[in-house]
This record gives sequence, C-alpha cells and structure tokens, in this order.
Amino acid sequence: MITSIDTEVKKKTFDVQSFREQFPILKRQVKGYPLIYLDNAATSQKPQVVIDALVNYYSGFNANIHRGIHSLAEEATAAFEATRDTVKDFINASSREEIIFTRGTTEGINLVAATWGRANVKAGDEIIITNMEHHSNIVPWQLLCEEKGAVLKVIPVDDNGELIWEEFLKLISPKTKLISVVHVSNALGTVNPVKNIIAEARKVGALVMVDGAQSTVHLDIDVQDMDCDFFAFSSHKLYGPTGIGVLYGKRDLLLAMPVYQGGGEMIKEVKYTGTTFNDLPYKYEAGTPNIADTIALKTAIDFVNETGKDVMRRHEDELLDYATEQLQQIPGLKIIGQAKEKVSLVSFIIDKLHPQDIAILLDNRGIAVRTGHHCAQPLIDRFCIPGTTRASFAAYNTTEEIDELVKGLHRAIKLLA
Amino acid sequence: MSTIRDIEKEIVEEFGLFDNNDDKYEYIIDLGKKLPVLDDQYKTDDNKVRGCQSSVWLQADYKDGKIFFSADSDSVLVKGLISMLVRVLSGRTPDEIIGAPLDFIKEVGLTSFLAQTRSNGLLSMVKQIKNYALAFKLKHSTT
Repeated sequence: MITSIDTEVKKKTFDVQSFREQFPILKRQVKGYPLIYLDNAATSQKPQVVIDALVNYYSGFNANIHRGIHSLAEEATAAFEATRDTVKDFINASSREEIIFTRGTTEGINLVAATWGRANVKAGDEIIITNMEHHSNIVPWQLLCEEKGAVLKVIPVDDNGELIWEEFLKLISPKTKLISVVHVSNALGTVNPVKNIIAEARKVGALVMVDGAQSTVHLDIDVQDMDCDFFAFSSHKLYGPTGIGVLYGKRDLLLAMPVYQGGGEMIKEVKYTGTTFNDLPYKYEAGTPNIADTIALKTAIDFVNETGKDVMRRHEDELLDYATEQLQQIPGLKIIGQAKEKVSLVSFIIDKLHPQDIAILLDNRGIAVRTGHHCAQPLIDRFCIPGTTRASFAAYNTTEEIDELVKGLHRAIKLLA
Repeated sequence: MSTIRDIEKEIVEEFGLFDNNDDKYEYIIDLGKKLPVLDDQYKTDDNKVRGCQSSVWLQADYKDGKIFFSADSDSVLVKGLISMLVRVLSGRTPDEIIGAPLDFIKEVGLTSFLAQTRSNGLLSMVKQIKNYALAFKLKHSTT
C-alpha cells in the first residue's frame, strides 16, 4: 500500500532542477553566460540516457539488422524492433505494423503524398490544409496537386491564431480527398481541434493526416481515439536524437498503398521479371535504417514516460502562463497567437524592432530564441509582419530563465529603439 | 587620399577600443542609427539583397569612374554593418572594390555575423557590392 502511495506522489511532483541535471548541455555557457535554451520547438536538448543509448549501441552491439545470423545482429535487431513496440504503445496504435520509421515528420508527409497521394488523388480532387502549416505540410501537397491537376484549399486563421471553423465547413465537400493538418502550430503554439476536423472528414469520406511534429512532446497522443488516418512525428523534438521519425498509418491503408522507395529490406523476392514486396511495416523501409537513432528513440520515449507527460505538461503550462503574463507587460510587445488552446511557446513582435536584432542581442546574453517566419511563410504573411521572435519552452526551462528573457528584451529595446 | 586598407585599419582601431562584445554591438547599433535613410524610390526588388532574414536594399551609382553606394535595412544591426561597408567601399573604382579582401570583417571580430550567413547575410551584401562593381566595370570597358 505504502509503496503505491509513494509511487503516486513521485509521479505527481516535478522537480525541475533534478530534471535539468539530466541534460548535460544545460550546464554550458554561451558568450560568458549560462545557456538559456528557449528554442525547443526547433529541437529539444537530449538527456544523458539518450546520449548513452547512442554510445552503448556503437560501442556494444553495432550491426546491420534483420538478416544477420550472428549475436550482434540479433541484439541490434531486437533493440531496433523494441522501439517499434514502444512507439506503438506511446501513440496507442493498434499494431506494430502501423509504425513506419522515417527520417522525420517531413519524410512521413512526403511518403504519404508520394504513395497514397499518387495512387488516389485525381484531377479535380481537393486537398485541404490550414493557413498555419509548416512548409513541410504545404509543399508535398502542392507538388502532388500540380502533378495531378488537383486543388489545394487552405483553412484561414483568425487574429488570435485559431482556425476559422465556418470557413473550414465551406471548404470541405465530397471533392475533398484529404485533409492534412498541423496538430500544434510551430509558429503560434495553437492546438488545433483535430478530432472535430476528423469527424467532419468522415462525413465526406476524406482521409486525415495529422502533422504531430510539435504536439507529440506536449500532448497525449492516441491515434485510435483521434481516429486519424496518418500521423507523423519526429524524435528530435521529443528529447530523442535527430534523423529519426515515425509515420503511423492505418493498417488497411498501408497495405493498399504502393511502395515508397525501392531497395533492400522492402522486398520479398527480386527477379528481373519483377519484384514482390515485403510485409508491413518493412514494405516502406528501404535500405539500412537509422539503427542507432531508432534505438535511442526508445530511450527518449521511456524517459518521457517515466517522467510523466502530465507532470511535464503541468510545468510547461505554468511556464507558458508566466511568460505570457511577463511578456505582455513589456511596452510595445505584441504576442502573435493567443489561441485558447496553446502549448508552451510564445511568438511575439516588438514595435520598431527587427526580430533578428532582438535575437542577436539575446544571444549575447546566452539566450537562444528563434526568429523569422518559422518555415510558415504564408502564416507570417497573413499577419502582415516580417517575422516573429519565438521563445519555446521545454520541461527543463524555469521561470528564472523567463525573467532573464524579459531582462534581455528590456535591454534590447533600450539599445535598439 | 586614403586607400580601402587605410579605412579598414581605422575601423579596426575603433573597435580595438572596446574590450567587450556588448560595446561592439552598441557601436554597430549606433552606426546603424546614423546611416541616412534610403529614399523609398530605391527600395525596389532589384535593389534587394537576397539571402538576408532582414530586408536589405543597396543602391549603386556610377560617377566619374567611381561607384557610390547607399543602403538601408529594417534591421538596425544590419544597417550598422552596411554603414561600415559603405564607408570602406563607397567612392572607389570598380577594380578597387573587386580586389578588396575586406579583412577588417574578421579583424574586428564580426565572425559571428559571418557565421550567420543565411540569416543576416553580411556575405550576401559583400557579394552584391562586388557584383555591382563587376557590372559597372564590364559596362564601362565596352563603351
């Protein structure tokens, strides 16, 4: 009994200082100041366990997977495939066959456009995206539409950075083949109502792809409950290594879709008269995969699960509230993106100041933020601004760091204005 | 008249007075604020320097064998950098400009600006200035 209470208490509390201890990079200095890393929406830092997982693989059991008979190959294969099981549980897919390893979210979206898209989208069909997409969820569909003579439609965004629902309802029709929507906007932090969008899509028989690049680290992901057809995310925004991501697809769709890239692993039998293809999920995984990073992705997910997404999110929400409150007090500062549902990032502009100048001066105080269009040019154009400065928080950030950000901004205003 | 190298040395000496990064940046910001504003008629797409996160416009005029530059940006820091380039290179002949190694950029310790070529494009500005010089040289050697 006592043990279970202890576990319960342990689960509910979050000690940011001991969490920070697990990230070696947070101890470094930049330009003589302690690093304050507020560019987590671009990529998160990695805990020691993830770094160790990479080192342990290369120093302990590096081997090519799946075909080797020797012990190293067996160990590497087991570790690689264990990640697939962990990912399956992490996003609650119904089977491990639905988990395809990719290089990242971008490749996941491109894979769907190149396979399902090419096989199913015809002239006159419509694909719907939103005005807050990352370029990765615009360009693949633009290319597909150009190739097929299909039409790309865009759900507009209001001044708060939320989708205009009535406009979406006007766009969706039996011509809609696919809706590809960002779960959480990287530039605004807006959480989109994907379940409602999916419910509308079902009425017209359209499929839905969800870009989970920003959401997976902050929100609980349950692809069965969400009922999306495809979901893509990247490991490196989830405390995991770069160069590895996941595409989830419903089994029936993945079975029916044509193959993506040709090569080793994805084949069953190769003859000059024709090739037959491997079963799911290997059908979409040509060539030697990114073994090391895939193995370390499991460590990253285990790390997130052990810490508890709920307690991390509670801390991140506190950071968001605190940052919003503090930043709003800065004269001339305007927050871009004030959706009711937001993750822990704040995009803003300051009167008469260029974001690039702000970022350079903050960097001189060891503070890392991002500036510009955040790979969402159409969205930034919609707000008629040259770009924003974005501070994006992870669970290892602190309110003291936000205080330093605010000080840095006051200093920048004093110097630049 | 002082050469390009002379002016570069002057700038390096001025920066030598600062013993920390903050003061260097403040000085660049100050230069940026002092750079005369470019008339809107010159802020055209043709005059825009590609490869900068901020908008940068560079206007070049050719007179008596020399090129005169005026420029502007919506970033104060970038304006400060432009101001230094204009000070060094404006009023020079095409050959002088094409041949200028511009070592002062490294000597002053502006390498962090150089490292961020994609975002603020100091190198893009230098390249554009040299392209203008080359274009004027070709134009006036054939006529």
